[in-house]
Amino acid sequence: MASAVFLRAAVALTGRFPALAGIDLIVAPGETLVLQGPNGAGKTSVLRACAGLLPITGGDAVVLGHDLRRNPSAVRRQVGMLGHAAALYDELSVVENVRFAVRAAGGGVDGIDAALDRLGLTGRLRRTTVARLSAGQRRRVALAVLMARRPALWLLDEPHAALDAEARALLGAVITESVAHGSTVLLASHEPEASLPLADRVVSLAGGRVVDERSLSRPVSAVMAAEAETTSRPFVVGDVHVA
Amino acid sequence: MWRDALLVAGKDLRIEMRSRVVLNQVAPFAIVVLVLFAFALGPDRTPMVQGAAGLFWVAVLFAAVLAVQRSFALEANDGTRDGLRLSGLDPAGIFLGKAAAVAAQLIVLEVLLAAGVVLFYGAHVRSYGAVVAACAAGTAGLAAVGTLYGALAAGVRVRETLLPFLLLPVVAPVLLAGTRAWQAALGTGPGGDTAGPWLSLLLVFAAVYLSLGVVIFGSLQESG
Amino acid sequence: MTTPVPTPATSPNRKPWPLRALGAAALVSMAVTVWLGLWVTPPDKVQGQLVRLVYIHPPIAWVALYLAFGTAALASVLWLWPRTRSRFWDNLAAASMEVGTVFTALTLVTGSIWGRPTWGVWWAWDARLTSTALLLVLQLGYLALRRVPGDADSRARRCAVGAVIAGVDVPIVHFSVDWWKTLHQGATVLNPDLSPTIHGIMAWTLLLAFVAMTLVFIWMLIVRYRIQVLSERLEGAELEMALHERWAENPVPVPELVP
Repeated sequence: MASAVFLRAAVALTGRFPALAGIDLIVAPGETLVLQGPNGAGKTSVLRACAGLLPITGGDAVVLGHDLRRNPSAVRRQVGMLGHAAALYDELSVVENVRFAVRAAGGGVDGIDAALDRLGLTGRLRRTTVARLSAGQRRRVALAVLMARRPALWLLDEPHAALDAEARALLGAVITESVAHGSTVLLASHEPEASLPLADRVVSLAGGRVVDERSLSRPVSAVMAAEAETTSRPFVVGDVHVA
Repeated sequence: MWRDALLVAGKDLRIEMRSRVVLNQVAPFAIVVLVLFAFALGPDRTPMVQGAAGLFWVAVLFAAVLAVQRSFALEANDGTRDGLRLSGLDPAGIFLGKAAAVAAQLIVLEVLLAAGVVLFYGAHVRSYGAVVAACAAGTAGLAAVGTLYGALAAGVRVRETLLPFLLLPVVAPVLLAGTRAWQAALGTGPGGDTAGPWLSLLLVFAAVYLSLGVVIFGSLQESG
Repeated sequence: MTTPVPTPATSPNRKPWPLRALGAAALVSMAVTVWLGLWVTPPDKVQGQLVRLVYIHPPIAWVALYLAFGTAALASVLWLWPRTRSRFWDNLAAASMEVGTVFTALTLVTGSIWGRPTWGVWWAWDARLTSTALLLVLQLGYLALRRVPGDADSRARRCAVGAVIAGVDVPIVHFSVDWWKTLHQGATVLNPDLSPTIHGIMAWTLLLAFVAMTLVFIWMLIVRYRIQVLSERLEGAELEMALHERWAENPVPVPELVP
């Protein structure tokens, strides 16, 4: 089965800086992969490269069957990205934003209400302009867009940031549902307790390259303990919430 | 492509109706430009009447620069720029949609400016047809080139100063032809000059840049 | 980036002999033109000694517009076309536009010098001068785009599109400015036709002048292109250094990828 994401010695530049300095990554379809690493390691760059937004200047990169070196824009329709900044227009309301995004992707507007309901965006909230929403609420709207569009590859950049516990549980459920429908998920996260329960595999990045990789066939708590030994982050095993 | 264009144009215009930036800021700016011209040329009315056609178009050009900058400021937020590129919209459609929205806003500004010119400078319109045609064709050309350069400068940090420097020289023919057409319509031009050739020049300009934009906008969205 | 950076035929500090030969040819033809233009050809009945500028101004104008801008615009189109995209076209466009800007500025200066004794003013809104002035501004815009920081690919893309937009504008500008002047009734005495009648040895000298100016342009273009290629090699070396620094951030050895 062809991989959903195939990167080999991929180099990507932002300006003159090599954000990705020769990265190797293979993600199978339907897999959920968590990217970890310190700030500046290249997690966001990997996601942007897979979306076809960051040009690859060295090595090989094939995402969903599209060669990113030759034609990066072809893959864009099939990916959905949840970045640091939500791709929402401040002056438009929630429902207007979602409707625009869905119609732009060529989808029907029928799934919108269901997606908005699922994420708790009901009633007056739908008609509120995005500028008036909190960061967490904006995340939910962006997530609604993703849900309504149903892309084959989900690229989530620190999605748990600014979400409260209820929203995090919702995010986990949404991700699991979409994986059940066949999507592949790439998740960059600083928060292992929120992201690891969802993952099939964890990849650690540093300096624009992959430095470690682990499959999660063991119980999550054991993985967390191993994490705590190798990193300097203060972390107590007993605090783990397993879904 | 046309469906995408309508979608994008609708989105841009809806945002404008909510935020009213063009109406509340660019329109008064255009009026102020007319008033400043009056200070520079007046108080005697004769030079103002003579120059009314040209001054109108200069004011339109300045307003166009601001309108284009505003159009791309809508996506200045990194998230929305990426969002538009990831949206799956046909780039040619995005181009036409944004250009259409800019053109619509410019038309409103031009109506305002035309009223201003008639009022402040005492210009007499003899041929409404020529005036309307010149504005329509000229606006289409301005919106097309402006949207092209706006996209080009969109990722660049010095875009506020770069955009006028890039845009204004290229649209000089619009200023030239538009002024001549208006002069023929206002009767302030050199004798025997008809608006015909100038209108066709404006149409050619608009056609050329609308086609160029449709073809080339895609490659601008590709990277950066 | 699709192709590796092309390297000059020999070490960067020594020009290959075809380039030297070209430079010599350019120098010689210019010298002969100057000699013919200043001494051998006769002065004009109307313009006197001033007519000698016809051996300078029109050739420079031709090079600036058709050769330099034309090459840059064509190279930009070839870069934009995915099938012919290569670093060569981008570098060629940049070099050509830059050298062309110099020639355009010279066109304006020589045109102004020519006009001053004839018209009595340093500048007149003559059709050709006006178009050339606008051309200069367009070229300066391209150079400004070139200076915008960013990776080579984005910069190439931006500049290529900018060059095409400007290139398409050039004929439109020419037509509109031409009509602007000719349809304007009441042409004044201030604008007599600058073009004198050419015959005999003057025609030969003019032809030589065009050839000489073309050779000078090509020589400058090649030199500028080589500089461009060298600066790209420098950027490549800087990238190598940056990559090594990036790898040094992470001292842990990279494990084998599990299939």
